[in-house]
Parts: sequence; C-alpha cells; structure tokens
Amino acid sequence: MLLRRLSEAAGPSGFEDEVRHVLIEELRPFARKMYTDALGNLFVETGPPHGGPRVMLAAHMDEVALMVVRIDDEGTLRFRPIGGIDERVLVSKPVRVGKDRIPGVIGSKAVHLQKPDERKHPFTMDELYIDIGAADGEQAREWVQIGDFAVFATDYEEFGERKAKGKAFDDRVGCAVLAELAKRSFQLPLVFVFTVQEEIGLRGAGPAAFRINPDLALVVEGTLCFDVPDAREEDAVTVQGRGPALTLLDRMTIAPEKLVRWMAGVAGERGIPYQWRRSGAGANDAGAIHVARRGILTGAVSVPVRYIHSPVQVVDLADYTNTIALLEAILRRLEERPSLIDRLRKRESPGAPGSGAPAPARPRPDVPGPTEPGPDG
Amino acid sequence: MTGWRGVDSFLELLTLEGPSGHEDAVAARLAAWFRAEGLEVERDALGNLFGRLPGEASSPVVLVTAHMDEIGLIISDIESGGFLRVAAIGGVDPRTLPSAEVTVHGRTALAGVVGSKPPHLSTPGERKQAATLDHLFVDIGLPEADVRRLVRPGDAITIRRKPLRLLGEVVAGKSVDNRASVAALFECIRDLAARRPDAGVVFAATVQEEVGVRGAGTAAYRIRPDLAIAVDVCHARSPGVSDERTLRMEGGPAVQFGPNIHPALFRSLTETARAAGVPHQVLVGQGATGTDARILQITREGVPTAALGIPIRYMHTSVETVNYDDIRRTGRLLADWLLGLDRAFVEGLSCFFDV
Repeated sequence: MLLRRLSEAAGPSGFEDEVRHVLIEELRPFARKMYTDALGNLFVETGPPHGGPRVMLAAHMDEVALMVVRIDDEGTLRFRPIGGIDERVLVSKPVRVGKDRIPGVIGSKAVHLQKPDERKHPFTMDELYIDIGAADGEQAREWVQIGDFAVFATDYEEFGERKAKGKAFDDRVGCAVLAELAKRSFQLPLVFVFTVQEEIGLRGAGPAAFRINPDLALVVEGTLCFDVPDAREEDAVTVQGRGPALTLLDRMTIAPEKLVRWMAGVAGERGIPYQWRRSGAGANDAGAIHVARRGILTGAVSVPVRYIHSPVQVVDLADYTNTIALLEAILRRLEERPSLIDRLRKRESPGAPGSGAPAPARPRPDVPGPTEPGPDG
Repeated sequence: MTGWRGVDSFLELLTLEGPSGHEDAVAARLAAWFRAEGLEVERDALGNLFGRLPGEASSPVVLVTAHMDEIGLIISDIESGGFLRVAAIGGVDPRTLPSAEVTVHGRTALAGVVGSKPPHLSTPGERKQAATLDHLFVDIGLPEADVRRLVRPGDAITIRRKPLRLLGEVVAGKSVDNRASVAALFECIRDLAARRPDAGVVFAATVQEEVGVRGAGTAAYRIRPDLAIAVDVCHARSPGVSDERTLRMEGGPAVQFGPNIHPALFRSLTETARAAGVPHQVLVGQGATGTDARILQITREGVPTAALGIPIRYMHTSVETVNYDDIRRTGRLLADWLLGLDRAFVEGLSCFFDV
C-alpha cells in the first residue's frame, strides 16, 4: 500500500530522498513529464500540456525529525530537532539513524535515579540522547557521523475502525492523495508538486510556485486534529471522520472566499462530507504559494491527523478517501467547465474613490454548510 | 588607489561605520577596492554592491555574498536635557551597552557615551536586573538646543571601537561580523588575479542582513545565478559554551551542511578543501541558516546554495575576535572552489533522481 510505503520512508526536511524515490517509482508510468529542481522539489506533469486551467497540486514530502550534532565519548548521540518537535514526546522512542537506518533508542535517566523534584519536569532535549549500542565514541563514529538525521521508527498499521497509525502522516497522507490523483486521467494540464522543507518554514513551495506559475494551486495537508478527551472544543481544529477540512484562515494565509465557497459547493453537490478547518493556528505551503510572483489563487484541503508531529500519528482512512474524492470532483468540474477559473480568479473592482459610485455588493454564493453538523455549523 | 593589503586593509574595514540600512560609507570604500582589483562595480536600489570579475559573458554564473552591514542603534527620541533614547538595529545585546562609547551620525559625526544610573543610586534589586534598551540613553555632552540642531530621531548610532591586534594573527573589534567575510572575498579576489575561473563570478557585499537577510534576496533576484554561496561568521568555541554549536578558532573555514545547503555543493567544497590542503570544519544546521544563504536558496525558482563560516568569538559585541589566518584560508578555499566550477557540474544540481 502506497500510504504505508510513504509513511515508513525517511524524509526529514532537506533529506527527502527516500520519499521522492518512492513517488518517482510509483508515478513514472503516469507522468507526461517528471523533473526536480535545485531544492529537490519533485514535479509530475499529467494530462495535456496546454488547454484549460493549469492547476498545481502540492503536498510536502518532508517530516519533522532529529539531527545528530555531537557524538559523546561514551558513544551516545546528541541531537537537535529538524522542524517543530515537542520534546516531551521523545523519551523512550526507537529511532533510525542516517541513510543506513541504524537502529537506536532515545534514552534518559531512569525514574528511580531521579530526585523527586526532577520527576516533575519533562525531559528537555539537552537531557536526552540516542543510544545505538556503541561501546564508545570511536565505535559510534564508525556508524554515524555528525549531520546524520534520525527519524522515528514507527511501523504503519491499521487498527480500530478504519484508522491507521504511523509516522509522518503530516504530510505523507497528502503525498498519497496526490499520487492517487496523478494516476487518474484528467483533460487538464496538471502539475503535481511534491515539495521539500515545509516543516522548516515553507521553503520549498515558493520556488516551485514561481516555476509553475499556475492558474490555481491546491495544497493537500495533514492537519491538526485534537478531538480527544479533555481537549477544549476550540482546540479541536478538525474532527476525524467528518471528511476533508477546508482552510478559511491560518497563520500565513487568508483563503480566497470565492474559491473556498465554490469548493464547499462542489462537495455539497457530490455528497462528499467536508468540514471547516477551525483554527487560525498552524500554516502550510499555501502560505508561500499564494504570494509567489504576482499572487496565485490558492486553496488548502487537509486530512485531519491526530498527534501530529509525534512519532505515532493517526488518520481516519475514510477522511483520506473522501479527500481524494473531493479533489477529484473539483478537478472534474474544472475539466467540464474550464471557464470557471476566470470567475474564481476575478476580483470585483470597487468604485473609484470620490467618484460617488457605490462599491458593488459583495457576492454571497448560496452554498450549503458542512454536511455533518459541526460545532460551528 | 591601492588594492587589498591583507590584515591592514581588514583593520581599516573595521573602522568603517555601516549599520543596516546605512551602509553607504562601507560601500564606497569597497567599491574603490573592487575597482582597484579590476572588477566591474554596480549597486542596486537597496544598496547591495556588486563586483564582477571581468571577462566574456561566462557560464555558469556564481554569486558570492558577504553582508557588509553591522548591528547598531537608531535614535528614537530626544529627551529633555538632550539625552538620546535609542532602539536597536539588529540583534543588539543591551547588556553590552552601558558605558560604551558611540558615534552619533547626526549632521556631523558626534562622540557619545551610553549612560546609566550610577550604582550608588540604584537599589540592590535593580543591580541584579540586566540592562534593557528602554532604560539606556546616549549622552553627547551638548546643551539640548545644540542637540536638537545637530541630531534627529532616525539618525544612526554605531559603537566606537578601534580595532585591536591581539597575539599572532588575532584581531578584535566591532563589525568583525561580517567584515571578516568581506575580507575573505578580497583574499579570494587577490588569489584569482593570477588564475581566472571559467565561471562568471559576481561578488556581492549585501545590505540589511542583520535585520532579516533582506539585501541578499534582491541581489540574487537581480543576478539570477546558477549557484550561490554565502560567507558569514559563525561561533568559535569559548569557555562555558557548548561545543555542539561552536567551532575551533584557527580551525579553518566552516563548510555548512543541512537543508539550507545543496548536498552536492557541500561535497564539492569539502573535497576542494581536502585537495588544496586547507584545514576546514563542518557546521551542521537543522533548518534555514542565519545567513544570506537563507534567502539565496529560495529566490525565484530556487538556487543551489552553499555557505562558509569564519569562526569568531563574542559575536554581536564590540570586541568580536577572529584569527586572520581563518579569513585567508576561507578566501583560498573559495578561490579553489570557483576555479573548479563548470557548466557540467551546474547542470547536475537540479537532478534529484539518482540520489
């Protein structure tokens, strides 16, 4: 299964090689054109080269991880995070170090040996280290060097009711959605972009958008979801099982209203469940894409991921398939009516100041709300 | 006009004043040195200064940057009595400021000192508190009316510090960050006088790095290089500082590694250093580096980018300390590396299919 292979592949920001390799292998038979750029972004073009709106679909390949920054004389490895990791989740987790996947564990002082006061504080990164079983620094250096990355060693597994757990669903689930769409035939010039370095500041997507300069960009993310006990309702952001989440606003982007309402309308017409992504926190590649060149019409669709950025993340597989279904429906609509893109891109121009002409009323597309009653709807 | 004369020119460079956004004096001196070394000079709207190695329109085009700005202060207000309130330009540590000597760049350059409440008048509690910028003021010793005539809010203030020569090749002063790297560019240019690279090389002394790597972005957008390299300072080891984040002074240039760096450029730099017998160190990073490379890499469609570091101690103080030998070695490594670049090497840099 592709989601399993993508989840288990190693791809910290800047070191996305394994993930890129899986995607190249998987999509080669379906691509009209396939290439990479100076940062390592992977571009897969399908459909006709021209005719109809040029749509860029983007998902990031990279994941949060660790980097070895020092090898102790005792053979233990000190590390720093690549991307945003909550250090409280690190202790007692297995990892794989470097391209050769050397197994290691993240150790710490045993609870018996800690003073009562120490037990009250979470471990900080300075107190943690990776143990690969080396007798001393010299032996460790035979296997590992400074600058090697370490990723969580989590097996992909399906469990519960249509749930899957694994590492790096943020954003391998998006990569898998894109790959499934790339295998389907559309009479549209599509560019699937698997971006690098999202987790360290949305660095790959901007140059990719500059290169492609699409009429429309759709970002597919694994997003925050905290729909569990003791969570405040407003922290939930998304709820698993309610379908793909459409972004209205996040830390880097205010979604174009006309586009979002239209996407919601398409979901409503086709009976595909969807929800709003209910938080201004977090950001994704849309933040870099929508401001590339002279501005690019950009929307974001996300699969809710519980325990994001941790070694064990959880997705609902129905949300995953509904995300594919929604994006397919959106692309089919554009395929049927390519001229829609002009309406979506058009901004009403207000009356000239001082001219006395009233600004045209803001159009309010009449579309249904979320298909399942959300706390916001 | 004489050209670059090694450590003597470096000492002169450290006397020039150039806080971010106010780099003209530094640029003027560097332009003269570029011309004396036979480079073609241009400047852009932000103030970046470019020096192009002469020759046919060659390929590939390489952009080599070192920022010429330094941290400083700016006058935010004039208090009654003629005391100046200040805000920071870049990452100033206010604790280094009390009783510092400064130059206020008003209608003329004026000497000043950073004043603070004397210990006799402060409470024991106050003395335990670190200085914050709000509580400091600059005293230029003039009556208020003269102050108001000579300076205005918005005028820049720089630390007044004559560079010092310490033992051997060690130099201390203000703005070693990043004039050390500018000096390395000139060492490289001198080295290339006798042996010309095939590549078209553009050296850029960039502006406004200290306030968010701004100049390098417009520089790379203008030049559209096939690849780029940033030279900046990095932290050298000193007592009480973790050796995970620091390098050895006199250990040679640091070749940077991590997501901000194209892996093939990292490899070619370390191989070049080994072949040339230049001692070097590796500096690893987990994200965007705090150098011009941060923006160079993501300009336009993306630029394959590398970064070299020169280890210094006491960064962002007025006694930043560097060993000139490290500067010389950085210039040498850069020159050898530029000589080895050709079209074929650059063409491989966008191919991530077989790695």
